[in-house]
Amino acid sequence: MKTLKELEEIRQRTLESVNLRKDRTGTRVVVGMGTCGISAGARPVLLAFVEEIRKRNLQHVTVTQTGCVGVCRYEPLVEVYTPDNEKVTYVNMTPEKVKRVVTEHLVNGQIVRDFTIGVVEKKD
Amino acid sequence: MELYRSHVLVCGGTGCHSSGSADIIGRFNSEIKAHGIEKEVQVVQTGCFGLCEVGPIVIVYPEGAFYSRIKADDVPEIVSEHLVKGRVVKHLLYSHSIEEDESIKALDEVPFYQKQKRIALRNCGVIDPENIDEYIAFDGYKALGKVLTEMTPEEVIETIKVSGLRGRGGAGFPTGLKWEFTYKAKGDKKYVACNADEGDPGAFMDRSILEGDPHAVIEAMTIAGYTVGADQGYIYVRAEYPIAVKRLTIAIAQARQYGLLGKNILGTDFSFDLELRLGAGAFVCGEETALMASVEGGRGEPRPRPPFPAVKGLFGKPTLLNNVETYANIPQIILNGPEWLQSIGTEKSKGTKVFALGGKINNTGLVEVPMGTTLREIIYEVGGGIPGGKKFKAAQTGGPSGGCIPTEHLDTPIDYDSLTAIGSMMGSGGLVVMDEDNCMVDIARFFLEFTVEESCGKCPPCRIGTKRMLDLLNKIAEGKGEEGDIEKLEELGQGIKIASLCGLGQSAPNPVLSTIRYFRDEYEEHIRDKKCRAGVCQALLQYFILEDKCRSCGLCAKACPVNSISGERKQPYVINQETCIKCGACMERCPFDAIIKR
Repeated sequence: MKTLKELEEIRQRTLESVNLRKDRTGTRVVVGMGTCGISAGARPVLLAFVEEIRKRNLQHVTVTQTGCVGVCRYEPLVEVYTPDNEKVTYVNMTPEKVKRVVTEHLVNGQIVRDFTIGVVEKKD
Repeated sequence: MELYRSHVLVCGGTGCHSSGSADIIGRFNSEIKAHGIEKEVQVVQTGCFGLCEVGPIVIVYPEGAFYSRIKADDVPEIVSEHLVKGRVVKHLLYSHSIEEDESIKALDEVPFYQKQKRIALRNCGVIDPENIDEYIAFDGYKALGKVLTEMTPEEVIETIKVSGLRGRGGAGFPTGLKWEFTYKAKGDKKYVACNADEGDPGAFMDRSILEGDPHAVIEAMTIAGYTVGADQGYIYVRAEYPIAVKRLTIAIAQARQYGLLGKNILGTDFSFDLELRLGAGAFVCGEETALMASVEGGRGEPRPRPPFPAVKGLFGKPTLLNNVETYANIPQIILNGPEWLQSIGTEKSKGTKVFALGGKINNTGLVEVPMGTTLREIIYEVGGGIPGGKKFKAAQTGGPSGGCIPTEHLDTPIDYDSLTAIGSMMGSGGLVVMDEDNCMVDIARFFLEFTVEESCGKCPPCRIGTKRMLDLLNKIAEGKGEEGDIEKLEELGQGIKIASLCGLGQSAPNPVLSTIRYFRDEYEEHIRDKKCRAGVCQALLQYFILEDKCRSCGLCAKACPVNSISGERKQPYVINQETCIKCGACMERCPFDAIIKR
């Protein structure tokens, strides 16, 4: 027999997994998964995002994929779209870098400048 | 529960199911496994999305990509392109869901969904109906919790009364009043029942709710049990709805496991349980007294009212009987408050109504619109208009109990009272669209044939009267109609309406009377000129070969099963009208469109 409190727990727990089907307004993390992206290691990056987002219970973030965006030399490439429609492009991503992007950008709203395409391009 | 990055929702409603959605689910699972992404992508079988015309439907989230008319062989492409590489397979998308800039529209911006407001259908196509946790995630059983811990039965009744909810099964009786009558009725034992004996030809909203969101009905019935003081409920559902029966059975078992049915629900001292009763599919069993007789194990025949079920119902005890769609509204009203429902709809009809769109319409399927939406909006905006650019002639609402609505009433805001005023009725929500190729005499005949077949035979006006009306209609359609037949139909119809025992007989003449009211000229044409302008009534037609188009190929003569076509080379062929059986085989065969019927 379930109590009201247990029902609420089921609700929270399940909502986390089905939320995806309703919410299209939150933050979107888009991972480039063209041939270039996949061969440069986009899949571990994608999985790292899913895992970190689950760990931190971020309800309004969805992870999707896209094809090649054209700058293959910077793959794995990740674009983060926030609700105000601002787009940030992170390049040369790794699962380790993902952790920083999630904590600093998705949780605290601070863009990780060092990983963005603008900064990386200047260094080259 | 695992967190998946992508959800593949496959429609498991009856429409999509019969066009192979089970195979599609199997194929998705095997392809996803083959690509090694089964821990990232979840495949979910949902209830009906409503747009049955373009089924089987698959929706992939988080993108919200709406794939239509999917075959099992399309699945590998969706998996390898969309799920693995993130490239939406454009050529398989539902065409109206793509923006001009080629991006994907949100589901509620697709024209079919734009005008809709989904309350009763809110979970259909969103959750897995066989998983109680998903129902709970979308606020399921929250209303039950609120009712059991915070509200008295009187407060529940007041909430439903204020909301203005009316019965969605047909007659539109105020639901709150019904609950109050049963609550006030004296009895040592009371029952709650659900009428899921959906019988109107073409109506399938109750079926879709049971298939797509069975827990909504279970939750509402439990709330009703608490309110009226019942500890036992029955759902009377047709045995021809195997998927609905299966999902209800699963849902009841899951609810029992969670202690949401059974003894001491949610730790309170309220106990309630549900049982299914399968009907054999007699139309009359949708009538409340016949339904209760059938639940008790007796013959499904109506009895006179009063006493109404609220006083003397199942097993002689006070019984609350509501329709599936009515129940599906209840949890939402409890959660959002009565003012919320009041803000939707017209002055006397609050909330929404689900319609099953059928007939000559592009988007065949299930739609839920606010009361007060016009027929024009439903047919031309939600329904996508009439195929082949044909002209609208009439819409039939309310099935065999309803009537036809002609062009002049296209802009009438639809609610219970406006439909009754124009000679039709809401009924359970079947909406059959007819164009210029439909003959109104034939339509009236179709519905009357149905009621003659389904009349239980208990009272003579219905048993004999409808048969006599059908005889008259057959006579007219066969070209043997006489002056005075229309008047006879009207007289008989009025008599049957007044004298019949139950709703079946009382409403059976409606399709005939309403077509006479709006299309009397068509009846007169059939009788006086022996002509059927729509070309439907076979007996009034003749097939002709157009001399200037005939190329004397002889194919029609070969196709004719009764050798009624003759001719010679280089001479136009001729049909012998005496022996022609009007089967139309010649017309289908002719490569030059030289054969016409009129």
